[in-house]
Amino acid sequence: MTRWLFYLLVFPGFLFTTILGLLIVWVDRKVSARVQFRQGPPLFQNFNDIFKLFGKETMIVKESARTVFVSAPIFAFGMIVLLATIVGLAAINRIGFAGDIIVVMYLMMIFSVAVILGGGSSGNVYSSLGAGREIKLLLADELVFILVCLIPIIQSGYKLRIDEILVAQESGVFIGSISGAIGFILGLLCIQAKMTLPPFHIPEAETEIVEGPFMEYSGPLLAFWKLSQGMMYVIYPALLVILFLGGFKWTGIGILYSVLKYLLIVVLMILIKNTNPRIRIDTALNFFWRIAAPICLIGVVLSVWGL
Amino acid sequence: MGWYKRRLAKSLWVFHVSGSPCNNCDIEILDLLTPKYDLERFGIKLVGSIRHADVLLVTGVFNQKVAPKIRKIYEQAPKPIFVVGVGTCMSGACCFRDSYNIVEDRQAVIPVDLYIPGCPPKPEAMIAAVAKLLGVLNARN
Repeated sequence: MTRWLFYLLVFPGFLFTTILGLLIVWVDRKVSARVQFRQGPPLFQNFNDIFKLFGKETMIVKESARTVFVSAPIFAFGMIVLLATIVGLAAINRIGFAGDIIVVMYLMMIFSVAVILGGGSSGNVYSSLGAGREIKLLLADELVFILVCLIPIIQSGYKLRIDEILVAQESGVFIGSISGAIGFILGLLCIQAKMTLPPFHIPEAETEIVEGPFMEYSGPLLAFWKLSQGMMYVIYPALLVILFLGGFKWTGIGILYSVLKYLLIVVLMILIKNTNPRIRIDTALNFFWRIAAPICLIGVVLSVWGL
Repeated sequence: MGWYKRRLAKSLWVFHVSGSPCNNCDIEILDLLTPKYDLERFGIKLVGSIRHADVLLVTGVFNQKVAPKIRKIYEQAPKPIFVVGVGTCMSGACCFRDSYNIVEDRQAVIPVDLYIPGCPPKPEAMIAAVAKLLGVLNARN
């Protein structure tokens, strides 16, 4: 019992992912600053931000649906902690259960649902607009993401467990095959959309709908959203490493190699984020349903043929 | 509490309120947030929503119509909140001093912690003022 609590609260779960997530958000801000020829924030900037937010006043709008408004960020945070625990246990401790990859897909969707609930309940027009856009973005990227997840499942011989997918990659990583390469590239774009990073930051577009669903949140509740977003920076690229790049190894040169694989994906995401303008919601739907989904379907067929 | 004030001083999120200005100060504030001056070094970030703000940068003389709105914005901000008055308009009403429609007692509308004179103040002056605000915050321990 205490072992599982330790897993949930300390090592792959809450504490580890939070601290790592805030450091990765610093990497994001620093790399973005260097792209714009700036100096960038100091290393512990995000910790200061979070501690500051926990000390601020919480304001609840009179028109808001109070219970949903308050519980949505905490609910989302809980979902992300659970997601971190499942992915971390499978990747590091090699403890999995049958169908955990399906649970992971669902938990990633539930986070978006929490964003929709939080934005929709706040009684603000811009927040509701943001929540509506989040629904459309979820509809756009969900199909492609499930198809992307199917490719490693099929290549590993129809195994629905993350640890068995990792075992199947010990002879050769999936990105080496044609279908694996297709899956990796589309998976990167899907993760960009799931984390609502540019060019897919349609729900929270700062310049038109002022942070969208998070607009009315202040103080500790906003801190929970920021923490969840930081933890997504850890989990989602790690999931891509697990599915296509052979996961993490913690012996000898493997440590350096694992960290490099992870940082490569993160920096690639940050560069995509910094070099692309925001696309419209219809462009995003068109892209995911008309272009990405057929290509990904071809990838799935190729992986059935063993290519 | 001193520990919290130090955290707060290192992460000030700025919200820009314009209370009927002539827009020169607003343009200078936008200059301040460009890559050249890079306020993110000090952890300062421009936010779009008043609920996320720690500092209000207020510009302009308040006329009778805009003063209640400014008060409303101040009341909507989560406390603790700091107010910086940018430009000579905030400190002395500048050339609009004798106008029929301005609010004489701006301090009653919104309690200003710090004034930055200048018409408009240079971005360097604003950075110096922000550094002083950090000093004020650290001294309040």
